[in-house]
Amino acid sequence: MTKLMSLHDAIKQYVEDGDCVYAAGFTHLIPFAAGHEIIRQGIKDLTLARATPDLIYDQMVAAGCARKVIFSYIGNPGVGSLRIIRAEVEAGGLEIEEYSHFGMISRLQAGASGLPFIPMNQTGACDLEQSNPNYKRVKDPYGGKDVVVLPPLHPDVAIVHVQRANDEGYAQIWGILGEQKEAAFAARHVIVTAEEIVPDEVIRSDPNRTLIPGFIVDAVCHVPYCSHPSYTQGYYDRDNVMYLAWDKISENPDEVKRYLDEWVYGVADRREYWEKLGKETHDRLKVRPRFSYPVDYGAY
Amino acid sequence: MEYTANELMIVNAARLLRDGDTVFVGVGVPNLACNLARRTHAPSLLMIYEAGVVGARPARLPLSIGDPTLVSGSALVCSMFDIFSLYLQRGNVDVGFLGGAQIDKYGNINATVVGEYGHPKVRLPGSGGSMEMAAWANRCYIMTPHQKRRFPEKVDFCTSAGFVSGHGERAAAGLRGKGPQAVVTDLGIMEPDETGEFVVTALHPGVLVEQLQANTGWDLRVAREVRVTAPPQEHELQILREELDPQGIYR
Repeated sequence: MTKLMSLHDAIKQYVEDGDCVYAAGFTHLIPFAAGHEIIRQGIKDLTLARATPDLIYDQMVAAGCARKVIFSYIGNPGVGSLRIIRAEVEAGGLEIEEYSHFGMISRLQAGASGLPFIPMNQTGACDLEQSNPNYKRVKDPYGGKDVVVLPPLHPDVAIVHVQRANDEGYAQIWGILGEQKEAAFAARHVIVTAEEIVPDEVIRSDPNRTLIPGFIVDAVCHVPYCSHPSYTQGYYDRDNVMYLAWDKISENPDEVKRYLDEWVYGVADRREYWEKLGKETHDRLKVRPRFSYPVDYGAY
Repeated sequence: MEYTANELMIVNAARLLRDGDTVFVGVGVPNLACNLARRTHAPSLLMIYEAGVVGARPARLPLSIGDPTLVSGSALVCSMFDIFSLYLQRGNVDVGFLGGAQIDKYGNINATVVGEYGHPKVRLPGSGGSMEMAAWANRCYIMTPHQKRRFPEKVDFCTSAGFVSGHGERAAAGLRGKGPQAVVTDLGIMEPDETGEFVVTALHPGVLVEQLQANTGWDLRVAREVRVTAPPQEHELQILREELDPQGIYR
């Protein structure tokens, strides 16, 4: 059964005011197009969860979509600070729930595997444990040191961008895998956005590369260039120029408003956004091919 | 040959790496130190990136921790949960590189807040992978410019543990890694004494102990023997400038 729909319709149908949204992707495959669509639809009071909120959540916070952010690193990767989230946190205007990377993804792992909690070894850095009541310690029933435990995270919606998927939602990823699989299995609803929608036989030609099964997916959206200014391995490069530019734009609320007006509210969808970026940017982000050797599954 | 403060730190950090080490690499100056070591005295250095890349051989300077150049040509890619559990927590990482806004006398690092957690004066990015790296890598190295505000006697918030309050407290907490083994700055190198307190063990050429003391927030002690580091060599600087960072982003 096909689950193909437009990104507009998928967001409309599966993201509601007050939801906990996990837009997955560790630097790679960040679904910016979905974040922009949420902004355009004016969805409010969201709890935005991501290991690295990145520019996507800085922009969503700037647009007034969020009530709370759950994270493990709030920086502009390779550049510096996420100025908007940082200013909101310093002013007390945004609720936060903070983990280390391992804590954050362990919560997803617990959510994805249906566990009531998940243990980790102690780290000796107790200040975060004491600042976030979700961190608890329990006795090792087998006699070792006490372990640190965290509860599962069950986002209402996970948005996962992939290189290719079939229309049922069987999705394949290569390159940095981040927390894509865990976010999808942990969530109540899953929206898959894909650079390419491919026939079932393409997926079945390489089943080891399939990370997400169709039966946990609610919507499949064909969204080429969904990740810009993040990247999709083998399809286009990370736009570091934009990451640096956001550092400047986000210094000034008027510039932020101008950016959102022009690049989010001012375009209908990702196709229009990509066209608007223009040839120079398209050329700059092109990557030369580097194919893997084919594998032989054998005809049994 | 002239060199910058960053180049001095990168070269000295690179020299601390041993051939065959498995290193959990961060972007920026640690990335340059690891790639320099691999191109000089440590050709079989194995670079792991927290994004889930093992055996990376970046063909260009990675500008973010998840740069696509880390993947192409690497030996293995896995999920973040795998990298933190199977590699780091399990004890498969020899070296971790750390940095932060504040580093204290016992090598504890603050990368979270200046001021109170609930009402921060300055909100910093937070742990990322550093909390676990500091705890579970066999040994850690810290790279930072030597400035008084970066070296308070005690950190405002302990994002990642060094020797906690010293005197065996780290070992008592049951952490598997040996903790921070050196702080490399643009003035010299500090290493922990038997109590876990960082003391001056090396000075860069032309630097006086007084300069380190003036830029450190605790009463800095000096090891019985202090060596002078060898200045960055021409071939080291050449690799940095021509191969690793031709645009001079981290110079």
